[in-house]
Parts: sequence; structure tokens; C-alpha cells
Amino acid sequence: MNAIAPVGRSLAPFEARLDGIEDPIRHAAVGELRRVGLPGPRVEAWRYTHLRPLAGHEFREAAASFDADPVGRALDESLPRDGLLASTPRLVLVNGRFAPELSSPANGVALPEGVTFERFSASPEFDALATPEREPLVALNTALATDGVRLSVAEGVAAERIVLVSVACAGDEAVSFHPRHSVSLGAGASLELIELAVSSGSGAGAATYFHNPVLTCDVREGAKLTHVKVQKEAAGATHLATVYANIAARGAYDSFTLGLGSDLARHEVHARLSGAKAAVHVNGAQLLGEKQVGDITSVITHAAPDCISRQTIRNVLTDHARGVFQGKVHVHQIAQKTDGYQMNQALLLSPHAEIDAKPELEIYADDVKCSHGATVGALDDEQLFYLRSRGVPEAQARRILVEAFLLEVLDLHEDEAGRALLDTALGAALSLRIGREQVPGQAAGEVSE
Amino acid sequence: MSDFLNISGLHARIDADGAPKEILRGVDLVIPPGEVHAIMGPNGSGKSTLSYVLAGREDYEVTSGAVSFKGQDLLAMEPEERAAAGVFLAFQAPIELPGVNNANFLRTAVNAVRRARGDAELDAVGFLKTVRAATKKLSMSDEMLKRNVNVGFSGGEKKRNEVLQMTMLQPSLAILDETDSGLDVDALRIVADGVNALRSPTFSALVITHHQRLLDYLNPDRVHVMARGRIVHSGGAELAKEIDVQGYASFLAEAA
Repeated sequence: MNAIAPVGRSLAPFEARLDGIEDPIRHAAVGELRRVGLPGPRVEAWRYTHLRPLAGHEFREAAASFDADPVGRALDESLPRDGLLASTPRLVLVNGRFAPELSSPANGVALPEGVTFERFSASPEFDALATPEREPLVALNTALATDGVRLSVAEGVAAERIVLVSVACAGDEAVSFHPRHSVSLGAGASLELIELAVSSGSGAGAATYFHNPVLTCDVREGAKLTHVKVQKEAAGATHLATVYANIAARGAYDSFTLGLGSDLARHEVHARLSGAKAAVHVNGAQLLGEKQVGDITSVITHAAPDCISRQTIRNVLTDHARGVFQGKVHVHQIAQKTDGYQMNQALLLSPHAEIDAKPELEIYADDVKCSHGATVGALDDEQLFYLRSRGVPEAQARRILVEAFLLEVLDLHEDEAGRALLDTALGAALSLRIGREQVPGQAAGEVSE
Repeated sequence: MSDFLNISGLHARIDADGAPKEILRGVDLVIPPGEVHAIMGPNGSGKSTLSYVLAGREDYEVTSGAVSFKGQDLLAMEPEERAAAGVFLAFQAPIELPGVNNANFLRTAVNAVRRARGDAELDAVGFLKTVRAATKKLSMSDEMLKRNVNVGFSGGEKKRNEVLQMTMLQPSLAILDETDSGLDVDALRIVADGVNALRSPTFSALVITHHQRLLDYLNPDRVHVMARGRIVHSGGAELAKEIDVQGYASFLAEAA
């Protein structure tokens, strides 16, 4: 028994892989982990989201080889064959490892000009934006990362969009993978990163695995990074992601995360507005059922004047699902004229569903505009009756209202390609959790000029 | 006896802060096919409750009585089944549906009703053609179709949107709950035209109103006075004019 026991949870699920690490950065991360353990409920940042599901497993490193058929099927089912997304360059990782044969240019789509791509495994470098000493899950990633993508967009280049797909292909043995991604945009550059996390169904029940990605985003002066993420991993999965964004003057990080899958998921964003007139959007939606837990956590730091931050989150929770939103806005003394907005809304469709919301404002500047709010409610009986009195069957009426609640926040994302992915994923999740559409082709926007 | 709409001995109550409050206390009303009937009466007499009970709102508990509609037990049907059977309620205060596009809402409703009635559903093109013709007739802008249902609509626009839904759903029994309140003369005319356009030997309407004006355009076959949860007096179109002059006092005395 150790003389000093860590205050957090045991590292046993990963212990076998933490020994003998020599790289100094990874070694420091392991030391940090051993000191604090995995975060337990007494750690404020993890009070509402418990890592209990990780205990009792021994997570092995996922094998490099995988069964191509289910992975191919998962890709086909998740990404449309036509439209803008089909012709968008694609980077695919399977079990956290880059899979060149599934990625562009193998698909005949070259990466945009002015974009350089490198695998993390080719030269493992840890971006200084990440703070493993503060976030134990990032320390774990730092210790165990084997691969990931590193994208940089040259100054002034409008790089359109790139799709980043993670396919998990787990078998009987519990595995974990810890991809390390980074994106950097030179001054005036722009890129939309469309991220998708899926599982390839093996068919034989829920495979246990743990996906622990870290993404660092360096957005230079006047650059704009748009980031759309759809997480629809299978039951049995734990998905704990951390994103760091540093946004220089007049730059923007505009993000939207849609959480649909995994038993336990957390999307944690640390955004720092480091130059004047920078902007950050951390918008998102979750639609969860059964015993799913979905957590969106953000820490937004206004470290320069005249910056804007926007967070609009909507949760729909059925069965025994639980949603968590933690949003901290930290305004430094120098950050005068800060304009911050935060709103978390939840629709609870079952008496057993739960939402935990924790807004935090820490403001040291005296000339700021910061608002935050939260609402919790059930479906409106009057609205339901109105629809039904027009002949719409109850199940369909419910779906229409739930969809409308979520579409209002999806509408914050304007790009056509990212939106197509969001709509497709949401439609499938609505059919699963709320009820099927009764009329084929009844999706919003169907009736048009 | 007609078997179009037959309300007999209808009692209904609502839960008011834990205590049941009886609102309908024995409504008897028969509406034959092809007729327009008006219900007038002081505030709180149960007019809106009657309209909600007929449309199937669950907040009200029917404690006794019966309603048959075209030979069916209306009270046993779900709200959507009543709509499919031909009942339409124009709401006194139409509900806003944020995030629900008005055109999609209308098409969903029309096709749900058509499906239930065994008619072919309208495709996007067929729907647009039909709805455009209807909006034109109601002097509505197509822009209203692109907005969310009733969100940001003026009072008059909301009422017109109700009439548009009625026109599109082709009911055989339209219940208008004070659809005329707060409308100017032009809007009133549009509401009346909407009802008159549906008039046929197989269409009836139950018009709840406080004012004689709408009835001038509709020329009702019967006018009923409702007070304290019952129909206390019935007469021809001239009754509305009488009420306009005298008020309800004499009928209330009669009911007491």
C-alpha cells in the first residue's frame, strides 16, 4: 500500500500502461496522475459527472489491426454519400489510430491547398495550450496518446472544411484510446472542422471502451475556426473529450457540439480570448435516454478587452438520463467591454430524468455585460393539445415539439455541410428516443419555394 | 332527431387548486348538419369550456352527459381522432410553437387528417398550391407561412392563421371561440368569409361570440344564450340583436 493515497479515484484501470514511461512530458503527466488520481466527486469540476463506470475494468491499448467491414459500414452509415460532406476531405481514425486507407487522399479528395497535415505518431509533440497539470483526463491523454492529427492552415488561407472521424471498433476486451489532435490557423485563415465520433457495431451487445481525445486549437489574429462535433458512440462507451482554444485578436472559435451517444460523455472546452475583439461560441445540444450521462463543461477566459462569448445549450432528457452543464466565465481585469452570454435549457421528458446546471461568473473588470440563465421544463400541454387538435397524433406531436426545441439551437450553426451532419444524426436520435416520423420527408425545410 | 352533433346533459369540471369546480352543468344542444349556431353569454358562463370539451382537452373532466357527433361517441375519442372526424376548434388564444415552421405545421396537420380520413397525402407541390390559394383568399401574406407558428404574430394575424388552418383542414364542424374578439372590421370580414366558404349541407359551425357584428356576416340559423354552465335560451338570428340592445340580464333572471 502506498504511503500517500491519492484523493481521487484509483488509476487501476490504466496502471499497467503507466509504468516505464520515459518521455519527460509524459512522465510528468504520470506523476501528476499518481498525485491526484482520476477525479472523484469531491473534485468540484467533477461533482456531477462520476467516473465510476471506468472502475472495475482494465483498459488495454487498442490493437492496431481492425475488422475493415464494420468500420466501413459505420462510415457509410454516418456520412452522406452525396452533398457537400461527401466531397469534403476526410481524416479517419480507427481506435485512435490514423487510418490512411480510409482517409483522403485515398478517397480521391485532396486536402485543401495551404493546409498541412501530419500524424501525431510521426513526431509526438505536446501543444503548450493543454494543461495536464490542471485536468487529470488530459494528463491521462498525455501519458497514453499514440496518434492523432495535426493540421495547420497557412496565413490568409480559406481552407473550407475537413471531416475528422473517429471510429471505435471494440471487441470483448475493454480498450481505451487517447488521440491527441491539434489545429492551428495562421492570421486571417479559416477552416471548418467537422468532427464525428461513432462506433462500429459488432452486433454482440455493448463493447466497453474509453475514448479520451484532446484537441488544441490555436486561432491567430483575424482567423476563424468553426468546429462542429457529433458524438454518437454506442452504449458501453465512455467519451471524455477536452478542447483547448486560444483565440487571438479579432479571431473566432465558433463551436457546436451535439451529444447523442455513449453511456457517459463529457465535452469540456477551455477557451481563452487572448486578443482584443476575439469571439468564442460554445453552443451545443444533447438528446439522451436510458441511463446516459452527458456533460458539457466550459471554461471561458476573457483575457483581453472587447471580446464576445456566447453559449447556448439545450438538453432533452428521457428515461433515467442525466444532463450536466457547467459553464464558467472568467473575466480578467483588463477585459473591459466584455460581452458574455450563457443559457442552458433542459426539457425533461420523464420523471426520472435530471439536469444539473452550474453557471459560474468570475468578473474582475468593471465595464462588462455578462448574462446567464437556465430553464428546466416539460413539454407544454397547451402546445401538445394545439397540435393534436389539428389532427397530429400524440407521438408525432411530441416529436415535433422536441425537434423544434433542439432545432432552435442547431440553427445557430449555419454552414451547410456541418448542418447536414447535425440534422442526420439528430433525426436518427429523435426516432430512437422520441418516436418515428409518421410522414416520410417531413423534415424541417421540406416545404420551400 | 338529428345525429350530427347532439350534446345532452353535459356536465364537466376542472380541478381548481385541488378542488373540483363544476363549469358545465347540464348543457343540451343539438346542431343539425348545414347550420350555423351561435352561443352568446356572459363571461364565465362556460362557453370556452364547452369548446375545449368538444375538442378533447384533457384538463376538463366530464362527469356526466353525452356528446354524439355523426353517430360516434365524441367524448371517447382522442383530440386527433376528433380532428380527423371533422371537428375543428379555432382557439380564442392561438398557441405559439417556437421552432415549428408554419408551412410544415400546416402540411403535417393536413396530411395527418387526410391519412386518417383515407385520402391521399399532399406532396410538397400539391400542398403549396393549395395553401397559396387559401392564403390569397384570406388576404394573408405568404411570408406568414415561413415564420414559426404564431410566434411574433399580431392578434389579427393569429386569428387569420386559425382561419387558414380551418380552411386547409376542411372540417365538418367548426367551433370558433371568440375568433372575432379584438379584430377590426376587415379582419372580421375575413373570418366570416372563411366560415361562409365552408358552408354546405354537410358543414356546421358553432360560433362563440360576444358581439352581434360577426353574426351579421354569418347569419346564424340559431342563437343560444349560455349562463351558469347551461343553455338557458335559444332563438333565431334576431336574438343576437336583442342581446346587443338589452344585454343578458333578462336571461340570467330566467336561468336563476
